[in-house]
Amino acid sequence: MSTTLLFTIISLSALGAISAIILYFVAQKFKVYEDPRIDLVTEALPAANCGGCGYPGCRGLAEAMVKADDISSFYCPVGGNDVMATVAKILGKEAIAKEPLVAVVRCSGSFAKRPRLNEYDGATSCIISSSLYSGETGCQYGCLGMGDCVAVCKFDAIYMDKETGLPVVIDDKCTACGACVKACPNRIIELRKKNKKDRKIFVSCVNKDKGGIAKKACEVACIGCGKCVKVCPYEAITLENFLAYIDPNKCKLCRKCVEECPTGAILEINFPPRKEKEGDAENTETSKTGKKENE
Amino acid sequence: MLKTFAKGGVHPAECKYSEDSRIEILPLPKTVSIPIAQHIGAPAKAIVAKGDKVKVGDKIAESSGFVSANIHSSVSGTVAKIDDILDSTGYKRPCIVIDVEGDEWNETIDRSPELRREINLTDKEIIAKINLAGIVGLGGATFPSHVKLSIPDGKKINVLIINGVECEPYLTSDHRLMVEKAEEMLVGIQILMKALSVNRALIGIENNKPDAIAHLTNLVKNYPGIEVHALKVQYPQGGEKQLIKALINREVPSGGLPLDVGAVVHNVGTAFAVYEATQKNKPLFERVVTVTGQLVSKPSNLLVRIGTPVSNLIEAAGGLPEDTGKIINGGPMMGKAVNSLEVPVTKGTSGILIMSESESKRKKEATCIRCAKCVSACPQGLEPYLLKKQAQLEKNDTLEQSGVMDCIECGSCSFTCPAGLPLLDYIRLGKSRVSKIIRSRKQ
Repeated sequence: MSTTLLFTIISLSALGAISAIILYFVAQKFKVYEDPRIDLVTEALPAANCGGCGYPGCRGLAEAMVKADDISSFYCPVGGNDVMATVAKILGKEAIAKEPLVAVVRCSGSFAKRPRLNEYDGATSCIISSSLYSGETGCQYGCLGMGDCVAVCKFDAIYMDKETGLPVVIDDKCTACGACVKACPNRIIELRKKNKKDRKIFVSCVNKDKGGIAKKACEVACIGCGKCVKVCPYEAITLENFLAYIDPNKCKLCRKCVEECPTGAILEINFPPRKEKEGDAENTETSKTGKKENE
Repeated sequence: MLKTFAKGGVHPAECKYSEDSRIEILPLPKTVSIPIAQHIGAPAKAIVAKGDKVKVGDKIAESSGFVSANIHSSVSGTVAKIDDILDSTGYKRPCIVIDVEGDEWNETIDRSPELRREINLTDKEIIAKINLAGIVGLGGATFPSHVKLSIPDGKKINVLIINGVECEPYLTSDHRLMVEKAEEMLVGIQILMKALSVNRALIGIENNKPDAIAHLTNLVKNYPGIEVHALKVQYPQGGEKQLIKALINREVPSGGLPLDVGAVVHNVGTAFAVYEATQKNKPLFERVVTVTGQLVSKPSNLLVRIGTPVSNLIEAAGGLPEDTGKIINGGPMMGKAVNSLEVPVTKGTSGILIMSESESKRKKEATCIRCAKCVSACPQGLEPYLLKKQAQLEKNDTLEQSGVMDCIECGSCSFTCPAGLPLLDYIRLGKSRVSKIIRSRKQ
């Protein structure tokens, strides 16, 4: 009995030892060298795995950055300049600093401003709705209100406002990863410069229809009148397809266009209230909508 | 035992309210808006400008490639504008708007009612004429017919299949055409047979149209090579792959065409249009449209000029019922709701279905319990619940492996789902993503 036991123990141990030796040599032979800096860089990155950098997750970006000679073309929008500086220190390369961005929703067609003409009854998804028809309202460019942008946001930085039916971005949480920009079938969401104190001026409309049609579909549509283009002292506004666009790089936040816009399509956000001028009811209203948009 | 296809299928309530209404000619509208993209393939190019005078049958937009089709004016009058107008796709798209003045036809069109039997064109001439007349598949898919008739080298066709199934509930336009225009249609089939150089043609008709079956069976005695087959009522038998399986028991391979099993399928409406184009020189500018629904006071089959607003058709069928919830362009299974009454009729409009508020509401979505009813209903042998999940998660490679490109979008899965899940909506989304990937891979 005990000899059997002894024999078993000895034979199994011997088998284990031989396998260990073989495995050791095999591991040596087929070893894959991995740069230890990949782990270091991965640790420095925010581990959000959002894909905002264009790589599959944070490790994907780390591998690409370690491999590259020049990391100026890489940028982690979530970590921002601080993280990029840390990464640059680890790798001993130069990183670029970018101005922080934030997502803005370029549609103000709330339930009140943009009448619903029909009722959508299909799957709750903007992209499916947009593949079927132009939407519940007369504007075929605006927000469809099904919340695809909310579903893709990994940072809970965007939610649907039940009263207006429009998505609202929480500036402090938004990392500008760009997931919502890609998810929106109508390309309403844009990444714009954050500016000082989160102040922003932008045309909150993407309607390319002629003025009359746009205005009929939505009270606060850009009608392409071109008044803002004329009033802008910095030539920051361009008009194409009956739609104005403010170039964030040229805009100096003077707010002249906001006053000029006849439909209130241009929003100013996070600005202090204007001094009351005589008969300026319209202006106060626009700044109110601007504020509400941000709340 | 009647023939049918092997896998899946459903049998929705037939509701063929308009099956006994004779085809009536709809009075001319005041204006027509004719979309330049009414077919699968490249949109046609407009060749008229604002202010031009046109006659009925004049070419107003030219085919812009092999897979494209000419478009002809359906009325006589003046071109008012070429503008973006809301059409049945649900989007504003370029349309040629014509103000109607009188009803003057192009002189080359033979308007006499008598039947012309003798076919004195060669196969090449027939195909050229069909191309010129802008004929597309009138069953609803609107695939340009001359493309289907141009057989690539190395393929051998031995049978022509004529689709008189009309498996969609409610619709009766093909049914009426088979009863009222049977002789013309049979000559059209002979022309198609000559174009394809085949000597056998099978007409498949579902058994819920006994008058059409009896009438055609009686008539085909004088037409050698043409046979009429009654089929079991089963949706989606009108799908060409299902019809081929039902009639000649051949299975079209995945990713293949009917050509690969030696068959070509054409709709009965197309056969009639082919007759008119080749024998009467009449391009495709009008078609039979069923206007129906439970609430409709006068369910009708109307001969309608292309570009007529849907509101005119509804007016002719007794006006818009009060409790209307949805107006569908096409049948209830594959049709699509329209979001305006001014949407124009196109070559692909086989019916206008009006549903009440309660009929049109979708079931509330519940959770999938893996009952696999969708799997047994799928006529293509796919697993719809799985495809939906994969499409939702954007698993495009697995979606392709699961055969999403074989989906014919018949909607049997959504119809049968006890949880009311929008299966087809997601599958269609996945399909469009996968086909984009496949296209970019080919380039």
